[in-house]
Amino acid sequence: MNLFLQHALTGISVGGCYALIAIGYTLVYGILRLINFAHGDIFMVAGYFMIFSFAVMPFPIAIIVTLIATTVLGIMIEKFAYAPLRQAPRMSVMISAIGVSYLLQNLATYLFTALPKAYPAIPGLKKVIVIGNISTSLVTLLTPIVTIVLVALLLFLVNKTKIGLSMRAVSRDYEAASLMGIKLNQTISFTFAIGSLLAAVGSILYFTDRMTVFPFSGSLPGLKCFVAAVFGGIGSIPGALVGGFFIGICETIIKAIGLSTFSDAFTFIVLIIMLLIRPTGLFGEKNIDKV
Amino acid sequence: MKKILSLILVSIMAINLIACGGGSNSAATTTTSSGEKVIKIGVFEPQTGENGGGGIQEVYGIRYANSIYNTVNIGGEDYKIELFEVDNKSDKTEAVNAAQKLIAEKVVAVLGSYGSGVSIAAGDYFKEAKTPAIGCSCTNPQVTNGNEYYFRTCFLDPFQGTVMASYAKNHGYKKVAVITQLGDDYSEGLGNFFVRACEQNGIEVVAQEKFQTNEQDFKAILTNIKNADPEFIFAPSSIATAPLILSQARELGIECQIGAGDTWENGTIIENAHGAAEGMVVTTFYEANPATATGEEAIFLNGNGSATGFSNYLTSIGQPADIPAVSALGYDAYLAAYKAIEAAQSIDGAAVRDALAGLSYVGVTGDISFNEDGDANKNAAYVKEVENGKFVFKELVKID
Amino acid sequence: MNKLNFKEKTNINLLMYLAIIVVSVTILIFLDMNKFQYNYVISIIEKSLVYAVVALSMNIVTGFTGLFSLGQAGFMALGAYTTAILTIPIASRPNVYYMNGILPALENAIVPIPVALILGGVVAGVFAALIGIPILRLKSDYLAIATLGFSEIIRAVIASPMMDKITNGSYGLKSIPGFKSSLECFAYSLICIVIMILIINSSTGRDFKAVREDEIAARAVGINLFKTKELSFVVSSFFTGIGGGLLAMFMRSIDSKTFQITLTYDILLIVVLGGIGSITGSIVGAFFVTAGKELLRFFDEPLIIGGVQIPLFKPGFRMVIFSILLMIVVLFFRKGLLGGKELSFNKLMKVRRKKNLDEPGGNA
Repeated sequence: MNLFLQHALTGISVGGCYALIAIGYTLVYGILRLINFAHGDIFMVAGYFMIFSFAVMPFPIAIIVTLIATTVLGIMIEKFAYAPLRQAPRMSVMISAIGVSYLLQNLATYLFTALPKAYPAIPGLKKVIVIGNISTSLVTLLTPIVTIVLVALLLFLVNKTKIGLSMRAVSRDYEAASLMGIKLNQTISFTFAIGSLLAAVGSILYFTDRMTVFPFSGSLPGLKCFVAAVFGGIGSIPGALVGGFFIGICETIIKAIGLSTFSDAFTFIVLIIMLLIRPTGLFGEKNIDKV
Repeated sequence: MKKILSLILVSIMAINLIACGGGSNSAATTTTSSGEKVIKIGVFEPQTGENGGGGIQEVYGIRYANSIYNTVNIGGEDYKIELFEVDNKSDKTEAVNAAQKLIAEKVVAVLGSYGSGVSIAAGDYFKEAKTPAIGCSCTNPQVTNGNEYYFRTCFLDPFQGTVMASYAKNHGYKKVAVITQLGDDYSEGLGNFFVRACEQNGIEVVAQEKFQTNEQDFKAILTNIKNADPEFIFAPSSIATAPLILSQARELGIECQIGAGDTWENGTIIENAHGAAEGMVVTTFYEANPATATGEEAIFLNGNGSATGFSNYLTSIGQPADIPAVSALGYDAYLAAYKAIEAAQSIDGAAVRDALAGLSYVGVTGDISFNEDGDANKNAAYVKEVENGKFVFKELVKID
Repeated sequence: MNKLNFKEKTNINLLMYLAIIVVSVTILIFLDMNKFQYNYVISIIEKSLVYAVVALSMNIVTGFTGLFSLGQAGFMALGAYTTAILTIPIASRPNVYYMNGILPALENAIVPIPVALILGGVVAGVFAALIGIPILRLKSDYLAIATLGFSEIIRAVIASPMMDKITNGSYGLKSIPGFKSSLECFAYSLICIVIMILIINSSTGRDFKAVREDEIAARAVGINLFKTKELSFVVSSFFTGIGGGLLAMFMRSIDSKTFQITLTYDILLIVVLGGIGSITGSIVGAFFVTAGKELLRFFDEPLIIGGVQIPLFKPGFRMVIFSILLMIVVLFFRKGLLGGKELSFNKLMKVRRKKNLDEPGGNA
């Protein structure tokens, strides 16, 4: 029982971080039909932002600086690498995304070396809490709660505000939305800003728990979170949340039963099975191909 | 227009290729403008990628050795020794290219690499080109096995595994757990040798867990280990994973001692683990003892001529002053190449190889001579523990 | 294109290509004769040739059929491991499988290199055929991510402890026989490339392009969509498998880490730089990228001018430059070096004659 609870806690905590990253994928894909391969790397760079800002300023300010810097980075990537390709075939944009991911990883290796850097311990978050035979840190417990609160806020934003309305409109029909006077570029920038902001929050929670950042920290979580987004139904925010938790928990179970070899492979098996039986994911809407 | 442009580009590339492959073709010496004769020693190390952190420490040791022994006398003539460094990026594909680059550069000998995989990948190329290579800290048996041109200055994984197992035995541990990295020959190999040695020593291996490359979340496997309740955990793996395993284990309430192989003897681990590294144990190649150092070790630690000791050298380039064992091995490997060139009185690959095979000298890390496989005859390993945030030498384990 | 001169022009083109081959062979023979001097150049050429095969095979499915597949690394792994297992000299095998031993059935299984390469291709092709049945129904980016997933699954299986006695699990394979000379590598690559070009230019190849241009229109003219996609996917994977075998021979030691997603990305970069849907583009791109990565190596070495060390030059700089280069191509030269067109001597001549004809776009 203890074993089970401990595993469950791990799974839920990882799942929370995955969910926060997955939302970034789902929002961007919903609007641009683009798998933002660089999203995982934005998450990694956010880790470095935190390390450097924490070194020179008190932690509440460092957190704010990290969140802002990551958001700006997300918007800049969109402006430089994706906006010029708006009329290009989807494949080109996807390749551009892979290119950005490649660039961020290489840049991080160049600037910060391949050696893992210590992630600062935010006061209080690493406190070990022991309940019965279960031992965990505060951040592990906090992660799923923060995730759910943020998702609730985001749902409110998307469903009840004006900018949320334009996001939904753009994601429903790109051209029609722009004909209706919705400012496309502004809406897209806003989407990237939200995605990156959530990735930054996820990054703080994830790295506080894992304590080191290196240039490839983001690549694997990135891919897994994309799978989580697809699983939940791309474009759907509750879907990303459910997908994130699902992938996180399954992955923990796979590792727990001694099949670590297949933990990454499993994620992709989930993806493939999902794509085959229900390509739109759990909560996705059906798309009809128009001629 | 574009096509013509690309044609031109391609032809420029082709010409460049031929040009940079060319150069002098008869001997491996060049002459500088001031009339000095120069020979080159290749440094084949990862400076980026997964093992970039450890690789660069070896390079520091090599550079430092080069600053002390920078000329060699062959046949009455002085030759300046220059290092030619390539980055193998901890990647086998890159390693092959990097090795070819060294061969084309006509280096007399090659030093490296940190990480056995890249050394194994490049080994056949060095052998074919008859360029002797001296590994510093690559501990996998496959590096030198069947390759008469590969030597190394460190001990091997089977030995290291045995040392750890005997350490566990001496401390009365009856139940141990092992964590290894899938797809990594160093980690899996060392873990395996440890398990074998444990079985021979009557120590029970209660859990054997594996993780994927680039994994950051060890809680699932650590929870299993906690449940198996071992008295000692052996987790040979890279520098990057060490702090993660350590801190996550402590967070889950695992209190037993955690140990690893030579890779974990690295200050960044202690720093990154935020205190969770206390009590961890490693086997390593070298323990600096400036007070009692004599001969080569004294030169290494305290300097000679313009050099002011390795610690000062490290501080002067903005690194922590603690001396990593792999730097000492890098120094020794350079010294082996230097002495072999001197003994052979030649820069011919085969002659230097033969000189290496018969070489015997006292290096920083002890007496060094090579057996028929090209491995240094070493029968002792240093066991260090982390106390108050520093590696502290505990015992010297000898196995005969 | 002027139909009257078509045959004549094809002949000129063919002659020119033959001339290129003859010149390349001569250069290679010269390089081989001075093997130790030009070792580095030879290795770059060999690597480029191997990458050219893989890039072209990726182009068949991505550029000519319009299916964005990111499974290259996985198929290469299948080919590489098959080739390696069947060609490692029997005497070296105990040494290679030093940790866990080898499956008795494989202990003495050895075949000549060309057979092993083809078998490698067949294994990759058969696997592609099997997974193609379900996943080729998926649309563009989903297909990309699904193939990427399969590639990771293949890698996980290869590295798994259950496969220890076959693939040597984590320890990888070494002592793989290499190319005896660069001509051998050239010959294998050339054969693969020529066969692929013939396929692309055959009626099957035209079906591929029809599917790429418009699936619905293609179906309307009687092309069986699924069959065509499946065929393209299998052919591409077959040659990717052979390419993987060649890579194994080039590297002489492989392990599962060699075939990570980054390998697929490397191939993708070649295809992109060369131009998606351009045969010559892929080949030129392979040389451009491989040689470029090596030529930029000096960026990683500390540069000292007048006793002052220029701070930018330190390890890792090369890859940064390379990634920036890539982004520039992706953003400003969207179609790559050749952009869907082919290097052709006819066209070069046509340009010289200043014929005022519109170039036929996007054809091969």
